[in-house]
Amino acid sequence: MCGIVGLFLKDPKLEPQLGALLTDMLITMTDRGPDSAGIAIYGRPEKGKAKLTVQSPAPEADFATLAEDLGRAIAAKVTGTVKDTHMVLDLPEDRLEAARHAMRDLRPKARVMSAGEGIEIYKEVGLPKDVAARFEVARMSGTHGIGHTRMATESAVTTMGAHPFSTGADQCLVHNGSLSNHNSVRRVLRQAGMTFETENDTEVAAAFISHKLQEGAKLGEAMEATLTDLDGFFTFVVGTKNGFGVVRDPIACKPAVMAETDQYVAFGSEYRAMVNLPGIDNARVWEPEPATVYFWER
Amino acid sequence: MQTFDLAAQGLRALNSTLHGLKGQTNMTSWEVINPKGAHAIAVGLDAPVDVTVRGSTGYYCAGMNKQATIRVKGSAGPGVAENMMSGTVIIDGDASQYAGATGRGGLLVIKGNASSRCGISMKGIDIVVHGNIGHMSAFMAQSGNLVVLGDAGEALGDSLYEARLFVRGSVKSLGADCIEKEMRPEHLALLADLLKRGEADHLAKPEEFKRYGSARKLYTFNIDNASSY
Repeated sequence: MCGIVGLFLKDPKLEPQLGALLTDMLITMTDRGPDSAGIAIYGRPEKGKAKLTVQSPAPEADFATLAEDLGRAIAAKVTGTVKDTHMVLDLPEDRLEAARHAMRDLRPKARVMSAGEGIEIYKEVGLPKDVAARFEVARMSGTHGIGHTRMATESAVTTMGAHPFSTGADQCLVHNGSLSNHNSVRRVLRQAGMTFETENDTEVAAAFISHKLQEGAKLGEAMEATLTDLDGFFTFVVGTKNGFGVVRDPIACKPAVMAETDQYVAFGSEYRAMVNLPGIDNARVWEPEPATVYFWER
Repeated sequence: MQTFDLAAQGLRALNSTLHGLKGQTNMTSWEVINPKGAHAIAVGLDAPVDVTVRGSTGYYCAGMNKQATIRVKGSAGPGVAENMMSGTVIIDGDASQYAGATGRGGLLVIKGNASSRCGISMKGIDIVVHGNIGHMSAFMAQSGNLVVLGDAGEALGDSLYEARLFVRGSVKSLGADCIEKEMRPEHLALLADLLKRGEADHLAKPEEFKRYGSARKLYTFNIDNASSY
């Protein structure tokens, strides 16, 4: 199964509530997948600044002096906030790639969850309510976000196998379904220079879209290409710095409901994920069509 | 009218209360408030009662219904009225995938659109959709009638047995062994009755529909084709 929720705010007045709204939506979807949960939150980008979110199996040892060590390594001011097993490092935008590289030597056991101007990703094994509480997601503000609760089929139940997957700056993807040609697509993408952290099928879909975007495709075009090149069952929800997209495979057996008001666009694997959103009773609610790309950009 | 607050009283209490209504009862009119997209609302009823759900429902609402009339004042999630035996289910909004699947009797009315696989493997149910239906609808449908006032998606009636399909709008494509058939007087009479019962007689006339059915080449054994089986 798996459960997906997403929220793209149009009304800035709702931004302080983004984390709380998404947390409530995700917890409602717990029965669709209790293995692991994750959330990507996009904050408002600040000019010249970027964020690197890292995870470590040994957070106390790895994070104690990480901000200072990373700052020295990339010759820039780095500040950090620890949240349980994750740490968000704030640094100059032009040093983001250097920081990503430096992490490999500085903290070989730590993994980069996300990098970009707006994105932060938190994911762990466990129930949505516990994962959201550990990272205090309900207190976060932002412009848009995506959450996922996983029932694992294609790879092990691990932190790195949890969704969202991020394979490019400010990009992320979550998936309900399973891909059957992910090994061959991964091989092609590796040859094209993409790197992979897991054997998971969804990471391939994320990298496929990141690669298309790198080649100059627009978000809508990159998502359209999944319909011809990826084989299997999927409902994907995709986030970029300023965009939010949804696409379902042509068979469309993985459920999806969307709602739109003047204040937001919302996605849920089921309608009940959205019942507590403000103004939902007067929202336009519909089921996204098969093999049809929907996206919003600000 | 009995009112049941699903948010306060819970799903099991609702369904066990409704299951307790057997044969003749004087509690014939029920209202369910705060459905909030919950699954399996009013499933397995077997009494001539009227249940109105005030809001949208999740998976399998009104499944296996016998005798009851169930109205959803919102949209319905996947598998609404699945395997219905008799009675009536009316959805004011849209229905998600496989609405009325495997239904053996009764009437399902969807006033909005139905998505993919509407009426899949239907076995005697009548389904009237005021809007459009999605792909693979009436797949392997065995008997009963599917009436669509709008358009049908890809592969309508694939591997069809003896269900009758009536579509007023366009059909994106017909599935294997599904063909257009002539509309004879008995079909017009049948359709007039279905439109009336489906609360659609003010929206469409029987003459505006085309009839689709099985070419009977796929499911009928033909000795001339023995070598290719």
